[in-house]
Amino acid sequence: MSDVILKIRRQDGPNSSPYWEEFKVPVAPKANVISLLLEIQRSPVNAQGKPTTPVIWDCNCLEEVCGACSMVINGVARQACAAMVDSLSKPIVLQPLSKFPLVRDLMVDRTKMFENLKKIKAWIPIDGTYYMGSGPKVAPGVQDERYAISCCMTCGCCMEACPYVNSKTNYMGPTCMAQVKLFNAHPTGAMYKDERLDAIAGDGGIVDCGNAQNCERVCPKEIPLVSIIAELNRETAFRGFNRWLKGKPKSPGYESAPG
Amino acid sequence: MKFIVVGGGLAGLMATIKIAEKGEIVDLISFVPVKRSHSVCAQGGINGAVNTKGEGDSPWNHFDDTLLGGDYLANQPPVLGMCEAAPGVIYLMDRMGVPFTRTPEGNLDFRRFGGTLVHRTAFSGSTTGQQLLYALDEQVRYWETQGKVNKFEDWDYLSAVIDDNGVCRGCLAQDMKTMEIRSFQGDAVILCTGGLGAVYGKTTNSIINTGSPASSAYQQGVYYANPEMIQIHPTCIGGDDKLRLISEGVRGDGGRLWTYKDGKPWFFMEEWYPAYGNLVSRDVASRGIFKVCRELGLGLDGQDSVYLDVTHLDPEWIEKRQHGVLEIYRKFAGEEPTKVPMKVFPAMHYSMGGMWVDYNQMTNIPGLFAAGECEYQYHGANRLGANSLMSCLYAGMVVGDKSIEYCKALKKTASDVSNKVFEAEAARQKAGMEKIYKFTGSENPYVLKDEMNNYMTNYVGVVRTTKQLKDTDNKLLELMERYKKVGVYDTGGWSNRTAIFIRHLWNMFELARGIVGGALTRKESRGAHYMPEYPNRDDENWLKTIKAKWTPDGPQFSLEDVDISLIKPRVRRYDVSKDQVVKEEAEKEAASGKEEAK
Repeated sequence: MSDVILKIRRQDGPNSSPYWEEFKVPVAPKANVISLLLEIQRSPVNAQGKPTTPVIWDCNCLEEVCGACSMVINGVARQACAAMVDSLSKPIVLQPLSKFPLVRDLMVDRTKMFENLKKIKAWIPIDGTYYMGSGPKVAPGVQDERYAISCCMTCGCCMEACPYVNSKTNYMGPTCMAQVKLFNAHPTGAMYKDERLDAIAGDGGIVDCGNAQNCERVCPKEIPLVSIIAELNRETAFRGFNRWLKGKPKSPGYESAPG
Repeated sequence: MKFIVVGGGLAGLMATIKIAEKGEIVDLISFVPVKRSHSVCAQGGINGAVNTKGEGDSPWNHFDDTLLGGDYLANQPPVLGMCEAAPGVIYLMDRMGVPFTRTPEGNLDFRRFGGTLVHRTAFSGSTTGQQLLYALDEQVRYWETQGKVNKFEDWDYLSAVIDDNGVCRGCLAQDMKTMEIRSFQGDAVILCTGGLGAVYGKTTNSIINTGSPASSAYQQGVYYANPEMIQIHPTCIGGDDKLRLISEGVRGDGGRLWTYKDGKPWFFMEEWYPAYGNLVSRDVASRGIFKVCRELGLGLDGQDSVYLDVTHLDPEWIEKRQHGVLEIYRKFAGEEPTKVPMKVFPAMHYSMGGMWVDYNQMTNIPGLFAAGECEYQYHGANRLGANSLMSCLYAGMVVGDKSIEYCKALKKTASDVSNKVFEAEAARQKAGMEKIYKFTGSENPYVLKDEMNNYMTNYVGVVRTTKQLKDTDNKLLELMERYKKVGVYDTGGWSNRTAIFIRHLWNMFELARGIVGGALTRKESRGAHYMPEYPNRDDENWLKTIKAKWTPDGPQFSLEDVDISLIKPRVRRYDVSKDQVVKEEAEKEAASGKEEAK
């Protein structure tokens, strides 16, 4: 078993000062970054041989499907579980995502991503959970497109990579835009398409995207964010033009529609 | 009426929606943001006898397969309820916008799964659990905007508040950021807290599945039923941090298990079980792979693994249906599964056992309910693949409705209960936390967990012996002694995850003793519980639910009859079809009848 050097940017709490700490950790075959952090838990001693506190980070599923373990690894936002040690340059540098409030060490609070989903009404309105027969038919091609977007884990890597998500803007971020398409492409969701387009037409919406295209490059689920955002850009423009023509602010009925 | 749902996986979110849509308000407490709950890991699909493939499938057939798969240990009426509701539940999820995989006509597609001969499993690529969870997460978000749901995410459930009459009136939970411990009033507290994989360590479970809330309830007096029934999934891949699942759906789509024998590929499952082939129930498949590797010494390169092969299938077709799973293999095993067969071996996956509940999902403590993997109701001694998602959703629906009924009938509510009851439990929990903050010993808690994990994985898995089970119990007692000398390393009052882990660790020990004790109690082989010392199923003595009751001196076990009022237990065979088994049994009976007549 060889050793690897880990450099971790640590911070005891949101109001504490950050500091760097180095660890020398034995590497087992097929180890990922999570295995290294687990090893530090078993032996919380830094590279100088001084006892320290175990590093705090977020993780659940360890198979890149829950979105919890996002962090900046060697300068790139990605899932720690899918970062295999063999494929990384050494020393390995770990930092928390910088676009979210820090909780502790590598753990951040991504609540704002979930709050953004409320703004765009990211759900299919249903009349209730009682038996009402099958759902609408969906063309296989539409399902394929929706499925790709629906794999979004709300991990926040696209937010981290996007230069337009920052403290000076309210930009809801690339994945939030993609979610609009996810719901608008569904036969039931499409009934309330305009509401969602309106939600991204204003402040924090699609106009804040400056087309840097970083989002798609870092998305662990390879969601075609760039083309989706381009498509939504056209749709919101068309919607705006239509509204101006017809002078109608909104299509009726959605606000009162249940779940 | 006040409702508390603990856990934001499929069962918890469905229960939340059911209660919110009735106009009631739910406090939803979850260890992680609900969208990251372990339900995301489910891959292959969800069972419901929609019967769109001309196979004559029916809810009754689903029911029959489920009982047989579970070796008849499940009480039959709730299982029938689930199977009858299943097609409607799938339609409901479809209405919520789950991107289920479609047929050319735009209908739901169905694939085959283990323990059945028909196409009964609806699926969304190979990330069905993720897609179902997200649909519920979205509906709950809607109810949040309507003021019906208050989420407490990143909160750890500590215990139930039980009044002097033994009725549950709320719970204690801890904010894992601020470390604040507070009580919640609830006329119904619904635990949907999932499985206990962390007791076994490297498993297919998420790292958060410590079983801590279920263990806490057990230590407060809830019976823990059939704890020994632990599912070992046949096809998983190795890793340093966890073992990753390769869905049964891969075999449902045509994947084949094989190894080399005499230099030639040997499709051992197809040879042993001509009728079901690679799609026998999971306990049978895991024992098959164990036999190949451990008894016959025919694992690949003499190691613990066999091939799961999809290289004979159209790569584009299998990629579309199994992209999520194949990506996991590529990323974590580093090989191309459409070109080189995958190497797999069984790993701990699911707990059939769990908190004892009645048909209304209520535990033996009134007001304290449970639904999902944390309870024992639907799977008997072995769960069929793709039944877990259905059981979580169905139990979530049942508990939503039944908890409302229960609360409506209450004469005294949680708000009528003296504050002292809540304060006393809060004081107990705060004292427990303070004690952990002061742990300064030399034992590392994570190392103690590793030691437990090694014993549980090696000795309480596919094959069990009395001696090894006893050794494991002794090891657990040793670890519980060493727990007293644990060091917390971290005394911070902010997001102190080590201190929280130490609390969970004790709860894991208590559950582990229940599992081992249950296994020592059950002197037969049934479903996932296989002891070569007692190689056969023994319906006469052991067609019983084993109920563990916590005591300070260790678990005490009692037996309860299983409700088999709907289908008479048959011999469990996967080498021939069910019809054939029924025919052979009838012939045997007729023959013995003639014998007697003579």
